[in-house]
Amino acid sequence: MSITYLEAIREAQEKALRDDPRVYIYGQDVAAFGGAFKATKNLAKEFPGRVLDAPISEDAMVGSAIGAAIEGMRPIVEMQFADFSTVAVNQIVNQAATLYWRTQVACPITIRMPSGGNPGSGPFHSQSLESLYAHFPGLVVMTPATVEDAYTMLLEAVEIDDPVIFCEHKYLYNRLKADTLPESGLPCDQARVARLGRDLTIVAYSAMVHEALAAAEQLRKEDIEVEVVDLRSVKPLDVDTVLASVARTARLLCVGESWPWGGVNSEVIASAVTHGFHLLDAPPQRINSKDTPVPFHVGLWGAHKPSTQGIVAAARRLFEW
Amino acid sequence: MLDTLSQPKTNVVPPVSQEQYIRAFSWMLLARTVEEKLASLWRAGKIAGGVYLGKGQEAVSAAIGILLKSGDIFGPLIRDQAGRLAFGESLIDIFRIHFGSRTGPTRGRDGNVHRGKPREGYHAMISHLGSLVSVVAGALVARRFKGDTSAIGATTIGDGGTSTGSFHEAINMAAVEKLPLVIVVVNNQYAYSTPNSRQFACNHLVDRAIGYGVEGYTMDGTDLCSCLEVVAHATERARAGHGPQMVVGSCLRLLGHAEHDDGFYMDKNLFHSPLGRDCLKVAENFLHEQEWADEALVETWKRNAKQQVEEAVAKAQREPLADPSDETWCPYATERLAQALLVR
Repeated sequence: MSITYLEAIREAQEKALRDDPRVYIYGQDVAAFGGAFKATKNLAKEFPGRVLDAPISEDAMVGSAIGAAIEGMRPIVEMQFADFSTVAVNQIVNQAATLYWRTQVACPITIRMPSGGNPGSGPFHSQSLESLYAHFPGLVVMTPATVEDAYTMLLEAVEIDDPVIFCEHKYLYNRLKADTLPESGLPCDQARVARLGRDLTIVAYSAMVHEALAAAEQLRKEDIEVEVVDLRSVKPLDVDTVLASVARTARLLCVGESWPWGGVNSEVIASAVTHGFHLLDAPPQRINSKDTPVPFHVGLWGAHKPSTQGIVAAARRLFEW
Repeated sequence: MLDTLSQPKTNVVPPVSQEQYIRAFSWMLLARTVEEKLASLWRAGKIAGGVYLGKGQEAVSAAIGILLKSGDIFGPLIRDQAGRLAFGESLIDIFRIHFGSRTGPTRGRDGNVHRGKPREGYHAMISHLGSLVSVVAGALVARRFKGDTSAIGATTIGDGGTSTGSFHEAINMAAVEKLPLVIVVVNNQYAYSTPNSRQFACNHLVDRAIGYGVEGYTMDGTDLCSCLEVVAHATERARAGHGPQMVVGSCLRLLGHAEHDDGFYMDKNLFHSPLGRDCLKVAENFLHEQEWADEALVETWKRNAKQQVEEAVAKAQREPLADPSDETWCPYATERLAQALLVR
């Protein structure tokens, strides 16, 4: 028996609904229809009245989740696509993210964001918005790369007392499989060394972890041993694990699917240089998607985002120093 | 089902009682006294940032505050000092938050009107207008989950706030969910400097109620009687399960947007129109006409209000202000994340 990344998300929600009466799910088409990606399939039937269809009103969806959280509920909001969460940015970054700071009342909401590119999805169904949300104080931004993390981190997102932006990658939904789901996982603010190496650290998160691992496999044939750090969450950022890895390898390459300007990669590199300049044998490099909207055509899309080959090429350049 | 006529509704049950009227008037008077003090503290340089006052809107606000019951939910906006007090806000917290006191509701982290006790059903607004409506709606969704069918929620918004997408999304959502939510629109004719003519194109804001499928009422915001009657009706309808209620009260903001603004752009004729009546004076006259309170009694109430306010200010001024050295600088509620940030 195997379970996909998407099924893990569904299972986590089922467990959360079963274990915690404060949990409910709110989003467009999540009830009888089971969600645009079927992440809430059958949950409305299993938990009558606790999986609610919302109007196309992302602002009100999040606003109401905040109000319910204030009253002690643990809402999970499903954005149909991460892209549409921009309609709710005000509620997320101004209302939810500041609530505890302002009032000492916690805001335990989870906002699931189907993120990242998929073939043919185009500019408005492909965005990776983790850098945007990570910018705002008070939010936790999770970017799981594995089936196991998708499951345990979503459960953790529901449990913790702060608003969580849960960036689940659409490309991984049905492509990643695991044999079983774990009972527990690392806490969300700890990165994970996904592959041990001695020559180069590649820091990645979400779907890009798999591109990094594929690149590492290729580079091994060239006798370059790559260590891959999976950030797991981009806020809070586990700089310690990154620095510990760089201390071993002396070279750093960051890979993220979001846009380059002021993003997660920039933050990781800034931290690494600030705290670990003396550890580095070469200037840290980064690979992001190109600084344009995400294109529709499969060929354009493939060239827009970081690729295994692009990572391999950037890694090789790091050894020219 | 709908009353969306543009005329103020009269003779709505239940009738206004003397006791209720006087209670509401007392909150109006206290609010006015508080705000006059805030203005004077601001002019004296004792308050940093803005001071936003509700002169002319106390009748609407007080009516909401006293018609909500213990256990209800209130999401007040900028000019709701009277309603806040009636809903249970402590006098001293008003001054604490304006001073940035360490002891205040936000410990100096936010100021002026951005205050509340959300876990007690008293919500703390952010500056983005319209965004509180769905929060109050969500609190009512939670009450429904918890099996609390007796509570209602009320929130206020200005004429300008009705132009936001957030307002539209929230009222539509509340209607879909049939929530016991009373939305009081206070049309005070200006959103900062923008008049109604540049704000909306419908004949009357209450005409929107039918489009949302909610019950809509109008009231004379300068007349406490009208406010008590109509808000009582709306709260009763909400309590009885008739879904969201939209009440539009008309009045005039009797001063600028905030103390830094003298409102030079306001149409002076409005001040001499029925909209420009000072609701506190109208209410005081009504007390005299009904022989519910003579001038001497009202004077006593005014002196009492002033004394309470002076005592609260004096106490708040003796309290410590927020101090960067004992600020945690941590935005997280989750203990483990907060600890991790401190270590890093």
